[in-house]
Amino acid sequence: MTANANGSYAYYPGCSLTKNAAAYDVSSRVIARALGFELNELTDWNCCGASEYFSLNQLPAYALVARNLALTASEGAKQVVAPCSLCYVNLYKTDKYMGDHADLNEKVNAALAAGKLAYRAGDVKVRHLLDVVVNDVGFDNVAAAVKKPLYNLRVAPYYGCLIVRPRTGFDDVEYPTTMDHLMEVLGATVVDFPLKAECCGGHMTQISDDVALELIRRLLHNATEYEADAIVTVCPMCQLNLDAYQDQVNRRFGTRFKMPILYFTQVMGLAFGMEPKAVAIGKEIVDARPALAKVTAEPPVQPKKKRRDKSALPMPSTEREG
Amino acid sequence: MTAQNGRRRFKHEVIDATPGGEQLTLCLQCGTCGGSCPSGADMDHTPRRIFAMIDADMKDEVLSSNTPWFCVSCYYCSVRCPQEIPITDLMYTLKQMAIREGRYEQRRASDFSETFIGYVESYGRAFEMGLATRYHLFHNPMKMVGMATGMGLSLLQKGRMSLTPERINNIEQLQAILNKAKQLSAGGA
Ligand code: SF4
Ligand code: SF4
Ligand code: SF4
Ligand code: SF4
Repeated sequence: MTANANGSYAYYPGCSLTKNAAAYDVSSRVIARALGFELNELTDWNCCGASEYFSLNQLPAYALVARNLALTASEGAKQVVAPCSLCYVNLYKTDKYMGDHADLNEKVNAALAAGKLAYRAGDVKVRHLLDVVVNDVGFDNVAAAVKKPLYNLRVAPYYGCLIVRPRTGFDDVEYPTTMDHLMEVLGATVVDFPLKAECCGGHMTQISDDVALELIRRLLHNATEYEADAIVTVCPMCQLNLDAYQDQVNRRFGTRFKMPILYFTQVMGLAFGMEPKAVAIGKEIVDARPALAKVTAEPPVQPKKKRRDKSALPMPSTEREG
Repeated sequence: MTAQNGRRRFKHEVIDATPGGEQLTLCLQCGTCGGSCPSGADMDHTPRRIFAMIDADMKDEVLSSNTPWFCVSCYYCSVRCPQEIPITDLMYTLKQMAIREGRYEQRRASDFSETFIGYVESYGRAFEMGLATRYHLFHNPMKMVGMATGMGLSLLQKGRMSLTPERINNIEQLQAILNKAKQLSAGGA
């Protein structure tokens, strides 16, 4: 095992995790500890610029992100972990593009030099926290840490866009499944969620209500249709959009969604037997407690829908299952 | 002849300003990008059409369209494009050019970006409360009421919104880097 596989990662929380997504920060740190790896917060990291900086001026945008990569390398860390999908993509893209495009690399380094920093593409490996949990820790080690399986909790894993696109290689770009398996390992029931990698609108909520609220409505509707008790996310902006705008969606469309939106790390902590408070349950705007109350000590009697007898003729079924 | 030069100029401006932008010359006009786009229906022109317009040197129309501003950077188009054209990055380039040329009509979106960046440049961190208030006070005072009574209030009650921005320690270093980067990008790509 390399030092980083069982040891430490530089941790890049990103601005959202310092406040609005503090629940994600808290739960990420406690599950890391429970799983035996360390998240060492990068000293004096700066905002990654979200998507806003790239809209205005791309070179300063890359330089902004590159400062974080340079700081990571100067701390001697080989990997940096971001729980925010947008931070993850910005860090990943900047490292990759600096490697692919000599001209960009030269200019970004000229800018970094003005702050007495330098960065060589490839020196730091950029990882999303989900990637680390799934691929470095692994499902077996996660399973070993489960003390209170989340039997009968029906979850819709929501990946959103940026954890899988652009292609970073750790999961499928259109139909990711890593979080599905993770949730099953935790004992939860994973519902079908065809829109799991569709966009929630990102910053559109600030720009055009019509576009953003419709994207959010579709996601809530899809998860509700499949009778999910909660949506599980990997990104603070997705969580914010689905949680904080749910009320506006209900008012705009006359719907009555009451779908709690949790971070995958909170769900992990619960399955590890932690108190809800320890993983910051209660910070969500749509209360998660009614959903969590559905967890039972016994596994579901019929974990999967009964398959129809293949030899029989297709018949309309009359009994409702579940 | 002039049309030819003009076409080359705009298309090449776009290409030069985008890492990997040369791929744009390979666009097949297949429409996969537009068909994949969650905001397609709200855009003046689909990404495919925008690329045809760039090719036809319709600079004004391209830079004043709402298309790049309605791009939510979901990267669906980019991963599905058979020609590996960095469409999302091209959308960023178009936003940037529209702002520089003062030709954009989507003030709301670009002002939001500028407000956001204002905080990043002065503090090194984003600041949601400041962002929301400064931006809405300017554009949409009615929304401030919503912020104060609805969502903003629930976020505040949950301790999810800070009232003061955070500042990084070495802000001078960050500013030196950003100023140098701006100089380099202004000095021609
Ligand atoms: S995504 Fe937003 S919050 Fe996270 S660091 Fe990047 S900009 Fe700051
Ligand atoms: S899913 Fe939502 S928050 Fe995540 S990237 Fe797409 S828009 Fe941004
Ligand atoms: S998907 Fe690619 S090739 Fe097809 S129209 Fe869009 S940009 Fe052109
Ligand atoms: S990245 Fe932008 S243009 Fe491409 S599909 Fe997503 S929203 Fe549409």
